[in-house]
Amino acid sequence: MYKILKYSFFDLMRSRWSYVYFIFYLILGFVLLFLNNDVSKAVITLMNIIVVLTPLIGTIFGVMYYYNSKEFTELLLAQPIKRNKIFMGQYLGISLSLTLSLVLGLGIPFLAYGIFKSTAIFDFVLLLVTGSFLNFIFVALAFNIALSNENKIKGFGYAILMWLFLAVIYDGLFIISLLMFNDYPIDKFSLIATMFNPIDLSRILILLKLDISALLGYTGAIFKKFFGTNFGLFSSLLVLSLWVLFPILRINSKLKKKDF
Amino acid sequence: MIRIENLHKRFGKLTVLDGLDLEIKSGGIFAILGPNGSGKTTLIKCLLGMVIPTSGKIIHDNESVLHKWRYRNKINYLPQIANFPANLTVNELLRMVKNLRPKVPNDKELISKFGVEPFLNKKLGNLSGGTKQKINIILTFMFDSDLIILDEPTTGLDPISLIYLKKIIQAEKAKGKTILVTTHIMSLVDEIADEIVFILDGKIYFKGTVDMLKKETEQINLEHAIANLMEKENV
Repeated sequence: MYKILKYSFFDLMRSRWSYVYFIFYLILGFVLLFLNNDVSKAVITLMNIIVVLTPLIGTIFGVMYYYNSKEFTELLLAQPIKRNKIFMGQYLGISLSLTLSLVLGLGIPFLAYGIFKSTAIFDFVLLLVTGSFLNFIFVALAFNIALSNENKIKGFGYAILMWLFLAVIYDGLFIISLLMFNDYPIDKFSLIATMFNPIDLSRILILLKLDISALLGYTGAIFKKFFGTNFGLFSSLLVLSLWVLFPILRINSKLKKKDF
Repeated sequence: MIRIENLHKRFGKLTVLDGLDLEIKSGGIFAILGPNGSGKTTLIKCLLGMVIPTSGKIIHDNESVLHKWRYRNKINYLPQIANFPANLTVNELLRMVKNLRPKVPNDKELISKFGVEPFLNKKLGNLSGGTKQKINIILTFMFDSDLIILDEPTTGLDPISLIYLKKIIQAEKAKGKTILVTTHIMSLVDEIADEIVFILDGKIYFKGTVDMLKKETEQINLEHAIANLMEKENV
């Protein structure tokens, strides 16, 4: 697995898109920090961008990589190596290269700004951890979709729909349901509904840490009431890990029956 | 030696292999022929474990290959389409594949014979289709395995490389190896194949030497003999 990982990582790190992604974060980081001069505010703005953008990029990279390397994967499948090792290697290669772009792209401007002298260091680290989680989650989801769809166009379509659903539509449905069932006790429902969307969960996770009640929203407030800040952080990180774990398990079980 | 018994493969409603039986003894060049969609590639992929058969047995060197992976170390495979990670160099790709196999590679000679030294440090994404196919062939032949499977090996090759490819195939045969080739180019079959395995509708329709085929179909030309086989089925 490590051998495959190494090469797909190198392949991706040299791709033009990795650079574009890296430079985007670099510019974003510098602009936000040096024009804003308030680290907390910069972290909040970054959060809003990261929770939407990293899932999108993760999804697109995951699907594109799978379909583009289809023929090469067939060559690898004919080598004496287990199937799941090939795909896990590729999966980790993509996730790690995207995570590296994110961490370096945002890390450099923050280091230049002097993050180590600031109290916001933990907020910033949490932001990067959450962004990395989102990378791993959405690349895994994208692989799931690609593995289930032989047709490239269909696979791409479903992947984008999934992102759109989790990033935009889910929130809309959520709010509508909150309004419609206004008269009922819906604390538990909204708590569970948040767990089922990694993007919402990440947002709440960061806001809990930043401790900005005004931005928490209804679910965030319930989260805080229910779990308290620390336990809330811990449990949302745990659920994010499950969001990585389950798609990976499905990839592995799907691979056992898949024809290439 | 390969023994395939009652192999079935269905993709949804489509039956591709329908109770295929085949025995291939060691040594020699076997051309697997058949019209498009007859199940040639599916058969090869079943053998390599890329396609999982619906039912049936595949025995290679007295061992069942289903759901196993170590046996692939004894097989060299040339895939139909050569498409490699665009941002790796040729050298890196060679190193990667060498890393995956616990065998001693023999790539130096192949590299010089195919004249790809100038490309060794170039990115694979910048190579032409023919050069990629040469790399593909080098990757296939650089290991010493008893079974070699070639899926449409001649695609995109220039005449010199084609001549050299035929030479390699003959040389491997001389070493007593078993070579399975699928191709649509009948002159290649006529030139190199010891035996023909003709697949139609997921079954072996004919197996024997080129001469046997010509005799059976009463044709002097192989191309016509094969066409005759296909037409017979349609009648």
